[in-house]
Amino acid sequence: MRIYTTAGIALKALRRNPMRAMLTTLGIVIGVGAVIAMMEIGTGASTALKKSIASMGANVLVIRPGTASSGGVSYGAGTSTTLTPEDCQAILRECPAIRNGAPMVRTRAQVVYANRNWVPNAIYGTTPAYLDVQDWNTLAEGEPFTDRDVLNSNRVCILGQTLVRELFEGVSPVGKDIRIQNISFRVIGVLSPKGANMMGHDQDDVILAPWTTIKYRVTGTSLATANQSTAASSDTVNTLSNLYPAAQSSLYPERSNVQQANNPMPVRFANIDWIMAAANSSLEIPLAIRQISEVLRERHRIRTEEAEDFNIRDMAELTATLSTTTTLMTNLLLAVAMISLVVGGVGIMNIMLVSVTERTREIGLRMAVGARGRDILRQFLVEAVVLCLTGGAMGIVLGHGGSQLVRLLLGWPVETSFAAIATAVLVSAGVGIIFGFYPAWKASRLDPIEALRYE
Amino acid sequence: MELITLHGIEKTYQMGDISVPVLKGISLAIRQGELIALTGSSGSGKSTLMNILGCLDRPTAGEYWLEGQEISQLSADERALLRNRKLGFVFQSFNLLARTSAIENVAMPLSYSTENLSSSEARKRAAEMLGRVGLGDRLDHYPSQLSGGQQQRVAIARALINHPPVLFADEPTGNLDSRTSEEVLQMFEQLNAEEGITIIMVTHDPKVAGHAKQIIRIEDGLIQDNAAADGPTPLTPGDAQ
Repeated sequence: MRIYTTAGIALKALRRNPMRAMLTTLGIVIGVGAVIAMMEIGTGASTALKKSIASMGANVLVIRPGTASSGGVSYGAGTSTTLTPEDCQAILRECPAIRNGAPMVRTRAQVVYANRNWVPNAIYGTTPAYLDVQDWNTLAEGEPFTDRDVLNSNRVCILGQTLVRELFEGVSPVGKDIRIQNISFRVIGVLSPKGANMMGHDQDDVILAPWTTIKYRVTGTSLATANQSTAASSDTVNTLSNLYPAAQSSLYPERSNVQQANNPMPVRFANIDWIMAAANSSLEIPLAIRQISEVLRERHRIRTEEAEDFNIRDMAELTATLSTTTTLMTNLLLAVAMISLVVGGVGIMNIMLVSVTERTREIGLRMAVGARGRDILRQFLVEAVVLCLTGGAMGIVLGHGGSQLVRLLLGWPVETSFAAIATAVLVSAGVGIIFGFYPAWKASRLDPIEALRYE
Repeated sequence: MELITLHGIEKTYQMGDISVPVLKGISLAIRQGELIALTGSSGSGKSTLMNILGCLDRPTAGEYWLEGQEISQLSADERALLRNRKLGFVFQSFNLLARTSAIENVAMPLSYSTENLSSSEARKRAAEMLGRVGLGDRLDHYPSQLSGGQQQRVAIARALINHPPVLFADEPTGNLDSRTSEEVLQMFEQLNAEEGITIIMVTHDPKVAGHAKQIIRIEDGLIQDNAAADGPTPLTPGDAQ
C-alpha cells in the first residue's frame, strides 16, 4: 500500500470529524506556537544583548605595553614604554581584521570651572577614532575634536555627562573654558550618556582630549605615574602660554654639547599608555590578535624566541559569560514550551485511543478485507502524524504571529528563526509518532472477529 | 475440483480453566459453484465454522484446504493476504464506512491488495462493480443516503472487487425487510449462476436457506444432515482420520 494512499485515508478519517480533530491538535498548536514564540523572542533578545555588548566594546582589543624589569625586579605593568602612536598607525595600516584604532593616554587631574572643581575618573588623550572604537559616535551636544586638533595639540576637550552635572550643574558647557591642571581647555562637545560599565565604573565620568595635548601639555608621564591625582594636582599657577606643562616636562637633564657629541642619545619617541583597536567582528578577534602581534613584533624588533613587550586583551570572556546566560534563559523557556508539547502529545494519544475504540468495527472490517496488522498500524500512525503536522503548521503561524505581536505591542526585539521552524516540524512529527504509536499498535493487535462483533 | 475441503476441524475456546469445545470435528467438501446455506440454532457453532472458513480464525485441530492449499496454520499476515485475494465478506449489519461514499467503500479493499492499482484505476473498477449490482447511478452517495437493500448491495460490490472465488455472507438479510431480502438473495443466485462464484451463507431463516442449492445443518458442533440430494459429500468424522 502506497504512502499517499495511507495519507489520503488518514485525511479522510480526520475530515469525518473536523471539530474533534481541531480540538485534538489544539495542544500541539499551542505547544509548537509556544516553542516558536520562545525561540523567536529568545534569539531576538540574545541578538539585542550581543549588540549592547558590542556597544561596550565587545570587539575591542586593548594593547598594553609589557612590564619592564631589571635585575630580577619587575616595575609593574605599563613601565615598558615601548608603544608609540606610530604602532597604532601601523596596526591600522597593516591589520585588515581591525576596523579602527586609537592611541590612548590617561591621566587623573583636577578639573576646575569657575568656583567648582572635580577630579574625573579618567582624562583620556586620544584621537577622534576612539569614539568609533567605543561605538560612541553620537554626541549629546557639540562636535568631536578632529585629527587636526590632535596634530596641533589644540586645547579642546569633550566632557562626559557626569562632568557636565558636577561642574556645570546641567548648563550647556559647549564653548566654555575649563582648566585641567591649570591649563585652559575649550569644551567643544558633550558625550552621550553611557552609564556604568560591567565592572561598575561610571563611563560618563571622563574627559576626552587630543592625546598630544594631554601628553605634552598636561602630563608628560606615562601610565606608571599617571594614577596619582595628588601628584598631578596643581600647586603652581601657570598663567603663561603653557605650551609645555610646568612639571615633569624635562625627562632628561640638560647635556652639554661635548656630552652630546661623545654620547649621542637616541631620539626620544613619544610613548603612549595603550592602544584601543576594534576588530571587524567578534569572529575576527583571534585573527586580529594574531595580526597585531605580528605587526608589533616586527616594529619592536622582537625575535621569535623572545617574549613580547606588549600584551593584547579582548573581551571574549565577558562576551562568553553573557551569551551563556542568554542561551541558558532561552533553553529554559524552550524546556517549558517543550513540556506543553508533551502535554499536547498526551492529548493526541488520548483522542487516538478513543478513536481506535470508536472505530473498532471499521478496523475489523479492514482486517476482514485483507488489511494486515501493519497496515492498520500505519494507518493510525499516519493519522496521528498528520494531526500533529497540521497542528505544527498552525502552531508555526500562531507562534510567529504571537512574537510579531509582542514586537509590535511591547517593542521587544524578535528574530525569525528558521531553525526553530524546522525543529517545530520535526518535533511535531516526532510527537505524532511517539504518542500515536501506542493507540496504533493497540489497533493493529485487535482480533478481527472480536472487532467485527464490537458494538 | 473441490474448492474447500475440511478434515476433522475442531475449535475449543479456553474460558479460564474450562475448555469449551465448539466444533467437534467437522469434515466437509465444497465444490466450485455451490450455493450453500449454513444453518443451525443459536450456539450450534455455525458462526465459529464460518469464521474458520473465512480465514478469520484458526482451528484448534484439523486441516483446511482452500484451492489446494493447506491454510489452517498460516500466520495472521498470510491469512490477511488470503482474505484479500480469495474471499469476500458480506455482513448482517453491512459494515460500510460512515461518511464515506459508496465508490470509496467499494474501492477500499483494493488499497490492501498487492496489485497496487492507481487511484483512478481503482475508482474505475469500483464503479464497474457498483454498476453490476445495479447502483451505477449512486457512486457518490453516502451510506446514510442509501436504503438498507442498497447498502447491502454496496457491501456485495465491495466483497467482489478483488474477484474472489468464494463469497461468505453472515446473515445477509438479517437487517432487511422481506422484499429487499428477496432482491439480495436473487442477486446471490444470479452471481452464483452467471459467474460461478461459490457462495456460503450463514442463516437461521428457513426461507433464506430455501434459496440455497444445499443446506448444511450444524447441531452441537457437528454436521447434522444434508438436505440436498446432490449436496456436498458429507464426510463422517471418522473419514477424516
